[in-house]
Amino acid sequence: MDTFFITIGVILGLLTLACLYRVVGGPTVIDRIIAVGAIGNKATAILLLMGMIFGRLEMFVDIAISYALLNFIATLGAAKFFRVRKSIIPGSKYLKEKGIS
Amino acid sequence: MSVMSIVSMLFIIGGTFFFFGATVGLIRFPDFYARMHATGKGDTLGAFLVVIGIALYNLHNGLELGSILTSIKVVFIAIFIFLANPTATHAVTKGGLDSGVVPWTKEKTK
Repeated sequence: MDTFFITIGVILGLLTLACLYRVVGGPTVIDRIIAVGAIGNKATAILLLMGMIFGRLEMFVDIAISYALLNFIATLGAAKFFRVRKSIIPGSKYLKEKGIS
Repeated sequence: MSVMSIVSMLFIIGGTFFFFGATVGLIRFPDFYARMHATGKGDTLGAFLVVIGIALYNLHNGLELGSILTSIKVVFIAIFIFLANPTATHAVTKGGLDSGVVPWTKEKTK
């Protein structure tokens, strides 16, 4: 059963690397935000799988809870910030008025 | 191999499948809203299934008080993800719509 957990953890790690492509090369800022949110979801699952592999799930559960909470708060904060400051699209009207790019 | 571990393996494999679908959608869809559509649903269900599978597998050695408490905490993570992930999706989509990201239409590809 440890082999199964390690296999699932490796698959989720490869999917996290695939999400990192969208973080690096996303056209707009909110693409990066949702990619970071997806990485956070996978990281919560990977932390629980690590707890099963090490046999100390009662310790890793608390780390996973705090990771899920931080992921949610970070996504909400970034969404609110970029909603107020309308500078999401590269080359948009707001950025041209400000003289940036 | 008890019944509980087989059921939890099925849950975890299903969750990995949904994670895979969400990641393929995140990479290949053409537009911010379409990517949001893929990850908002696929990641929520994938994380829910993986976490529920781990909570079930934690109980396969018999029902003791410590493992039951740990499983209840894991189920709390699943419930929190099920509530928080659609809320974050809604907030980010509303932020994009308010700041003027134009949705993708078929004419733009020509």
